[in-house]
Amino acid sequence: MLKQEYTLTVYTENQIGLLTRIAIIFSRRKINVESLNTSPSEIENIHRFNIVINETEDVVRKLCRQIEKQVEVLKAYYSSNDEIIWQELALYKVPTDQVAEKVQVERLLRQYGARAVVIRSDYTVFEATGHREETDKILEILAPYGLIEFVRSARVAIIKKSKGFHEKLQQFEQSEPGEEVIENEYLGDNAGVFSM
Amino acid sequence: MSTVTAIEKKPEATTAPATTSISGSVAVLEAFIAEGVSTIFGYPGGAIMPIYDALYDYNDKLEHILVRHEQGGIHAAQGYARTSGKVGVVFATSGPGATNLVTGLADAMIDSTPLVCVTGQVFAHLLGTDAFQETDVINITTPVTKWNYQVTDATEIPHVLAKAFYIAGSGRPGPVLIDITKNAQLQKFDYAGYQKCTHIRSYRPKPIVRKEYVEEAAKLINAAEKPFILFGQGVILGRAEKEFKAFVEKSGIPAAWTILGESAIPTDHPLNVGMLGMHGNYGPNVLTNECDVLIAVGMRFDDRVTGRLDIYAKQAKVIHLDIDPAEIDKNVKSTVPVWGDCKETLPMLTDLIQPKTYPQWLAKFNEFRKQEEEICIYPEMHPTDDVMSMAEVMNLLNELTNGDAVIVTDVGQHQMVACRYAKFNQSKSNITSGGLGTMGFGLPAAIGAKYGAPERTVIAIIGDGGIQMTIQELGTIMQFGAAVKIIILNNQFLGMVRQWQQLFHDKRYSFVNITSPDYIMVANGYHIAAQKVEHREQLRQALTTMLNHNGAYLLEIMVGKENNVFPMVPQGCSVAEIRLK
Ligand SMILES: Cc1ncc(C[n+]2csc(CCOP(=O)(O)OP(=O)(O)O)c2C)c(N)n1
Repeated sequence: MLKQEYTLTVYTENQIGLLTRIAIIFSRRKINVESLNTSPSEIENIHRFNIVINETEDVVRKLCRQIEKQVEVLKAYYSSNDEIIWQELALYKVPTDQVAEKVQVERLLRQYGARAVVIRSDYTVFEATGHREETDKILEILAPYGLIEFVRSARVAIIKKSKGFHEKLQQFEQSEPGEEVIENEYLGDNAGVFSM
Repeated sequence: MSTVTAIEKKPEATTAPATTSISGSVAVLEAFIAEGVSTIFGYPGGAIMPIYDALYDYNDKLEHILVRHEQGGIHAAQGYARTSGKVGVVFATSGPGATNLVTGLADAMIDSTPLVCVTGQVFAHLLGTDAFQETDVINITTPVTKWNYQVTDATEIPHVLAKAFYIAGSGRPGPVLIDITKNAQLQKFDYAGYQKCTHIRSYRPKPIVRKEYVEEAAKLINAAEKPFILFGQGVILGRAEKEFKAFVEKSGIPAAWTILGESAIPTDHPLNVGMLGMHGNYGPNVLTNECDVLIAVGMRFDDRVTGRLDIYAKQAKVIHLDIDPAEIDKNVKSTVPVWGDCKETLPMLTDLIQPKTYPQWLAKFNEFRKQEEEICIYPEMHPTDDVMSMAEVMNLLNELTNGDAVIVTDVGQHQMVACRYAKFNQSKSNITSGGLGTMGFGLPAAIGAKYGAPERTVIAIIGDGGIQMTIQELGTIMQFGAAVKIIILNNQFLGMVRQWQQLFHDKRYSFVNITSPDYIMVANGYHIAAQKVEHREQLRQALTTMLNHNGAYLLEIMVGKENNVFPMVPQGCSVAEIRLK
């Protein structure tokens, strides 16, 4: 079986420590995570992980079962690239004088869908979202002009076919609402307490 | 200790009349009582002192066994859980106390043993400051727990412990660790009583049974000519012994066990054809690669069972019954997966199959059995020289206990011999460290096993290597009077490693020569009756004395120095390549 890019979508409880639990499922098997993104989902108290790895389908399927086995995981899906709509966000910081003089900024903005987010006298920050090749292309164009800094986000993805899970989640939420995470009132309270 | 006032005065402001104000520590003990816990294994320390302080007043309701090392505590809780079928409970303090639990957690995790471990932790405001005896217990234990959680606020305790017991004991069981900061133990809060947990939104302990798969499985079984059942601990954990026996008897299919599945059906059952795996029986291993339908029940195709996977049962259609969906297709691809609790799925399957017998197929197992008997079993059980063998000890023990004892083993040659030869009439009788192979497991696990099954005879079979790993637990036996019978099979070597060195490393015996203390003196030092057996003529009498003795007893039996355990599937070989010598 051929290795290819797979995106895992994992719905979880909002729980401290779960990131480690999920991460060690990959590290234990010596699987490199290409990108990992976690954020609240459309439903309160339910978080969503997007994890990109390069593996065979067989391995990915097993990984999903191991992930789903975790107590606080509601559901884990995996999808190949043609089953999802996905984006990454990239920021590019370049010296303003260089860009102004040498880059065809207009072309950059129009043709590659970039956007200037900050323009200062010393530097300009461009933003672009898209697939890897697209954000890479802009990087390539800007590189010769004294690129100061570059950063790219993890992948965010939406599964083309998965309209069902949103409903399921809402049903979950109605019938069995999640617990609130209790904030610890003593943390940060540096009371002068001795301990043994 | 005097400055805890800062914490004590906090949440008492509004005391609702319907509720009472209790400390987090008391809440822990109340949770235990509500969950039916009667025995706790543990070891105190600074960070868990409030809980121990509360325990002082619960002496009449909760029995606490003070072990001599936290590793002993957790192995004892494992032994307890495995014989009683209940959740084992352990206390340990922060830092070194908690890290001493790690081996037992790993062992319980891989052998699916239900445990709730409560560890003390430093005050919440000291977390992450490298405070005295602070370790990141949650992150250290994450890979070896089914679930873990750190409590920093006492109000969480009833709810979190309810969750802990539910997770530990339900579905595929496993160890859970709850780390409680000292302030949460001391903190008083309004207690509204304890409510058991029966549901967690994101947790599905039992997968939904797919009827069509059960039907599919029944079809395969009904059409089979040489079907073969492999059963594991899932049968015991699912309390499905009766359902399993009914399935085996109606189907007429020969069944073989993994070492953790042993005792799920009686050893003498005519369809019980023996042990699988590296040191299993000849027939079951060879015929795995000859059967046409392989039915795996509550077992996980461990590599010690399968040998080389790429040539394992390739000719067979595989039916896999398991409660853990992640086990299905993990190692061996199944033709028909049957997700579910085997207590539910087995009767469904039994209903759909035709009653049958396979006399010719069964005869094959018996033929292999005869060969094994001749080449291995008989000579091992009846040695002709002066040197005693491990097998003859087991043989005699079977005769004297009638197959009614709980046998707890450590890890090594004696473990394989004990598991191969022990006779069992009832379930939950074979307590051993299967998946992790933890030396040092035997003695403390036997102590726990005795508390889990106080009415039964508990016999620990331990090597001279393994006993020295947790020998301090003799102190626990001394103090609490656990009536454990301990047999040390002393071959003056780390026998199993020596066997491998002999067979696979040209007899280069590198650091496997281990000397022993005078065990009789050691035992006597702990006020435990003991005897050493050096000659065959003493053996029967010594075993009888041990079994009749009221209380704990240690028997050291000198056995052959360089005896090997056969049959054996050498590592990297197919199960069909099992060697008889
Ligand atoms: C904690 C631990 N360390 C090392 C091993 C590796 N090991 C497996 S069997 C064995 C030898 C056991 O010797 P002994 O206890 O004397 O039993 P015997 O094999 O002689 O019956 C060793 C060292 C292990 N299983 N566990």
